[in-house]
Amino acid sequence: MLKDITLGQYFPVDSMIHKLDPRFKIINTMLFIIMLFSGNYFYNLIIGAVFVILVQILSKIPFKISIKSIKPILPILIFTAILNLVFIDSGETLWHWNFLKITEGGIYTSVFMIGRIILLILGSSLLTYTTSPILLTDAIEYLLSPLKKINFPVHEMAMMMSIALRFIPTLLEETDKIISAQKARGAMIDNGKLIDRVKAMIPILIPLFVSAFRRAEELATAMECRCYRGGEGRTRLRQLKATGKDYCSLMICSLFLIISVMLNFIIN
Amino acid sequence: MAILKTEGLTYVYSAGTPFEKTAIDNINLCIEENCMIGVIGHTGSGKSTLIQHFNGLLQPTSGKIYLENRDIWEDKSKLRDVRFQVGLVFQYPEYQLFEETVFRDIAFGVKNMNLGESEIKTRVLETAQMLGIENNLLNRSPFALSGGQKRRVAIAGVMAMRPKILILDEPCAGLDPKGRNLMLNQIRDYQKKSKSTVLLVSHSMEDVAEFTEKLLVMSHAKLFCYEDTSLVFRRAEELQALGLKVPQIASVMQVLRKKGYHLPEDLYTVEQAKLAILELLRKR
Ligand SMILES: Nc1ncnc2c1ncn2[C@@H]1O[C@H](COP(=O)(O)OP(=O)(O)OP(=O)(O)O)[C@@H](O)[C@H]1O
Ligand SMILES: [Mg+2]
Repeated sequence: MLKDITLGQYFPVDSMIHKLDPRFKIINTMLFIIMLFSGNYFYNLIIGAVFVILVQILSKIPFKISIKSIKPILPILIFTAILNLVFIDSGETLWHWNFLKITEGGIYTSVFMIGRIILLILGSSLLTYTTSPILLTDAIEYLLSPLKKINFPVHEMAMMMSIALRFIPTLLEETDKIISAQKARGAMIDNGKLIDRVKAMIPILIPLFVSAFRRAEELATAMECRCYRGGEGRTRLRQLKATGKDYCSLMICSLFLIISVMLNFIIN
Repeated sequence: MAILKTEGLTYVYSAGTPFEKTAIDNINLCIEENCMIGVIGHTGSGKSTLIQHFNGLLQPTSGKIYLENRDIWEDKSKLRDVRFQVGLVFQYPEYQLFEETVFRDIAFGVKNMNLGESEIKTRVLETAQMLGIENNLLNRSPFALSGGQKRRVAIAGVMAMRPKILILDEPCAGLDPKGRNLMLNQIRDYQKKSKSTVLLVSHSMEDVAEFTEKLLVMSHAKLFCYEDTSLVFRRAEELQALGLKVPQIASVMQVLRKKGYHLPEDLYTVEQAKLAILELLRKR
């Protein structure tokens, strides 16, 4: 079913990581990404892996769920691996055919790249697994609020994001229902020739758009009825408050980053 | 004769996640031909989930469904035929309209059956007439109709396929009392005329009391009972325990009986009650 697509993919369990301030989680994720790109040695990856495994265990997210987040990027992984394998020309040549050759350097780089991308995905999906989309947008609004000084519409952006996130599941559910309803009338959706399948989209897309516009209009009216006037002077229902644990998490992440950077110097 | 049979039908939503939910649990049923059947149960009891199994929209987690003694999941390429034989109208079906004209929208299902132009036309016109959709509406855009008219068009789209079993999920939700009655009468006329089986999901005990012969009662994902309507409404206390009611008139009769009037047990429509009370008065 469409609804089973992990989008937003918040996984609600009770854990230390879930309770951390979302602003800190975003910053920590950024530090983690910098860490992954701070050096080109396998040591850097090992540190990254240790970090991911640690957070994974603390967050109580089953490994099985995390593995699922890798599946959609498999084509990208394979593509990257093949490009690196074929085009990097350094070290000893192991095999060659016409202009194609596979070198030691190529193998090293492609393995390294795959490792890096997998860690990148695993690490950043831990952010979305442990933080509800609404909290995430709240945090983004906070973090971007300095941009208000240069008249960047931070509040409006955040509002748009939270509305979009709020309605993704609703629209997916609606799509599911419409697909079922048209299938019940014999529409061919998952089989037939390409042309037929494109044609079969019309009975789904038209009702979907009609209902999306209807919902948008209703929501706009409802917001107006509650005197919504944008971000000016608006207070929050959920106040974000940093605690000692949050600063602690920031320190641990910084520590990992520093170790990773230092290793580069030591090896050099 | 049984037209549809289920064996140990079970369905679990989002299996293997924290949102796992058994929506129907071990349902064994045997549904007859040429019968008007009501489906009742409290909110979330699994009615909508159950009926989506009957035309193969949901594949059971475990259990089997037989349509005319053939397992519908045996040959997946024939599922589409199953959907023509078991027509399903969802709740609020007006949100599935998409064609340029009412005529073409009603014809969508029939066209998918690969019938000839003339056959399509006769079926659409006949169904439209049966549901009281006037001819001058047929060339209008379905989006320009009133809510009730849209509902009729959507139901007509499924009826026109002339399924052997027609399932309607709360076809009267959001209609005014007069509109409800008209709609239910039209559905009953359709059932009588086509001699098919009609399943009517409803939250209104009055409606099912008046219009159905048998009742399928769901409770907490399980089949509570499947019996003649009159027999079900005799079990007033059990129904109340399930969060359901008996028709208002049945409660009135119950009170009268308690007060010592000799009224029969199986009165559950206003018409029957009227006759019984008149009879009682005459005897005095
Ligand atoms: N798509 C879905 N994903 C997950 N759970 C669902 C889904 N659809 C229904 N459920 C759950 O399955 C159970 C049965 O739902 P169902 O829609 O069959 O009830 P119903 O009897 O039709 O209720 P109603 O009278 O409100 O229409 C409910 O508890 C519901 O929360
Ligand atoms: Mg329902």
